[in-house]
Amino acid sequence: MKNLKTIILSTVFTLSATAAFAEPYRIGVLTDMSGMNFDLAGQGAVVAAQMAVEDFGGKLLGETVEVIVGDHQNKPDVGSTLARTWIDSQNVVAVVDVPTSSVAMAVQEITRQTDTAFLISTAGSSALTGEACSPSTAQWTWDTFAMANGTGRAMTLEGAKKWYFITVDYTFGHALEADTTQAVLAAGGEVVGSVRHPRETTDFSSYILQAQASGADVIALANSSGDTMTALKQMQEYGVTDAGQKIAGMLLFLTDVQGVGLDIAKGLTLTTAFYWDMDEQTREWSARYSERMDGKKPTMVHAGVYSAVTNYLKAAEKAGEASSGSKVMETMRGMDINDFFNRNAYLREDGRVIHDMFLVRVKTPEESRAAGDLYEVLATIPGKEAFASVENSACPLVKK
Amino acid sequence: MTMIFGVPLPALMGQLLVGLINGSFYALLSLGLAVIFGLLRVINFAHGAFYMLGAFAAWMLLAYAGIGYWGALVLAPLIVGVAGMAIERLMLRRLYGLDHLYGLLFTFGLALLLEGTFRHFFGTSGQPYAAPEALRGATNLGFMVLPNYRGWVVAASLVICLGTWAVIEKTSIGAYLRAATENATLVQAFGVNVPVLLTVTYGFGCALAGIAGVLAAPVFQVSPLMGSNLIIVVFAVVVIGGMGSILGAIVTGYMLGIVEGLCKVFYPEAANIVVFVIMAIVLLLRPAGLFGKDS
Repeated sequence: MKNLKTIILSTVFTLSATAAFAEPYRIGVLTDMSGMNFDLAGQGAVVAAQMAVEDFGGKLLGETVEVIVGDHQNKPDVGSTLARTWIDSQNVVAVVDVPTSSVAMAVQEITRQTDTAFLISTAGSSALTGEACSPSTAQWTWDTFAMANGTGRAMTLEGAKKWYFITVDYTFGHALEADTTQAVLAAGGEVVGSVRHPRETTDFSSYILQAQASGADVIALANSSGDTMTALKQMQEYGVTDAGQKIAGMLLFLTDVQGVGLDIAKGLTLTTAFYWDMDEQTREWSARYSERMDGKKPTMVHAGVYSAVTNYLKAAEKAGEASSGSKVMETMRGMDINDFFNRNAYLREDGRVIHDMFLVRVKTPEESRAAGDLYEVLATIPGKEAFASVENSACPLVKK
Repeated sequence: MTMIFGVPLPALMGQLLVGLINGSFYALLSLGLAVIFGLLRVINFAHGAFYMLGAFAAWMLLAYAGIGYWGALVLAPLIVGVAGMAIERLMLRRLYGLDHLYGLLFTFGLALLLEGTFRHFFGTSGQPYAAPEALRGATNLGFMVLPNYRGWVVAASLVICLGTWAVIEKTSIGAYLRAATENATLVQAFGVNVPVLLTVTYGFGCALAGIAGVLAAPVFQVSPLMGSNLIIVVFAVVVIGGMGSILGAIVTGYMLGIVEGLCKVFYPEAANIVVFVIMAIVLLLRPAGLFGKDS
């Protein structure tokens, strides 16, 4: 009996050892599968990552590549534990997406320690490539500086000088407010006040009343997804724009605009890294994405995930090495990473992917011809102007 | 301008009114919870999901059947109420003899299931739902601009809350209900069909959540998460008011809405915890809640 047990155990061990040997490379999409970021990232990010792997041929350095999914529930502790387990025991070579900056910050500490590639698409705090930067990170899609700079600058120059902020009270909101304040001041505007609200607030009336009483020209929403939508809806109720104040959504995803409807969102100016209906390339990819997502249009995050995973696979193949994130990023810095998403793009030493951004205006219901027809592109913001310059970077990796 | 603690009086008045509006939702939701707990002794964790169901029913009636707000205000609570009764009859009923925890776990699981199902089909961004034509626009009250729809919410919820209270405290049906709460066996001995009474009460409690959902649809996003965002606060309201106390739920609902509103002016960062701080204090000083009877 004892012998039998030993045989079984040793067989199991041998099998698991061989299994570990032939384990495929895994790409871990760590995202929000249950909360308010589900539509703008979530399932779409998973599909985008899968598309990237399939288009690449499904193999990296001779091994199979798999996409696995984790739900971090927007909690830093859940996110970092999952990332740690993935990297330690499931051969995850790249962690992808990670909405919610506070979670991304926690995950970045793990990927830095383990030298694993971290491809950020949804998280937007500029601190991720600033003071907290890591050699194995690429922040692909957007950041708070770019949003602030695009929308904040454009609206101040148009004559909206006095700003009031309704800011969500965590890392991301603080960064967005600080970055926008800088952009507004630089363009000759001023900030007359701000109020902080908790995440997932259901009622913004109090904040809206305070903003209305401030005498500001612009009420800026430094928050995201569910919060932004609720705030927009309730600002219309309180007649904010009718009374002559402008609204600036500092971070609006395509799904947010769809969520509140064009009646409410019409006329908003916003900055985005990607819009599906820009040219042949974007339409072609978006059509393939829509086919797999019940006709839904991709957000900039989804396109960013596809582009990030594709370029990671290319760089890892070229570097001959998948598990050292910093080596893959080093190789990527010397590569051309332009595609349907990235225009005039390159990866900077602080981990920031520099590419063109776009200033767009939300169409009115009359202008919109079909379900996803939401934006009119007003201007292209060249990558160098869109993102913070490397000279002022707080990132210790930047050699000065 | 008159100032109170450094805040201009008009601003304060505005915040008080806003607090009253939020309090209306708290009161409506906690009322349903209190009714259900009072009679069934079930802690209905699915209440937030029924509230969400009410809002979605209104949206679906409009999107698929072309039935507008006023129709939805009647139909959606009916739909939610019937759904509640079916759940009570088929599932919840089997748990009455067991520990309270089973009811809690069952309704909690039910809430997750309902939310998950809606999230799967509709995503989390939510669906737009406009206020009815007659209630759009806003009225300038001098100290603030009050959206007409919000005024309607306060009025409607006051009428519903007081109506419910009157039915339970002043009518013979209410008397049966209260009697069954005290001693179900005895009431049954008098020929009252207690199981039906329980089913109808659960359905009614759920329908109240459904009404709150319809009222909320034009104000908040109609999203699968709308219930879970609100329900924790509502539970705190019920605990502060005293579990099962109808009047307690109503008064505490409005009161906490106002306290929260004031907190948003004086110290916004604490606005989402002030309710729980009050709950902790009340539990320390009066464990049965402000209006609860010590058992």
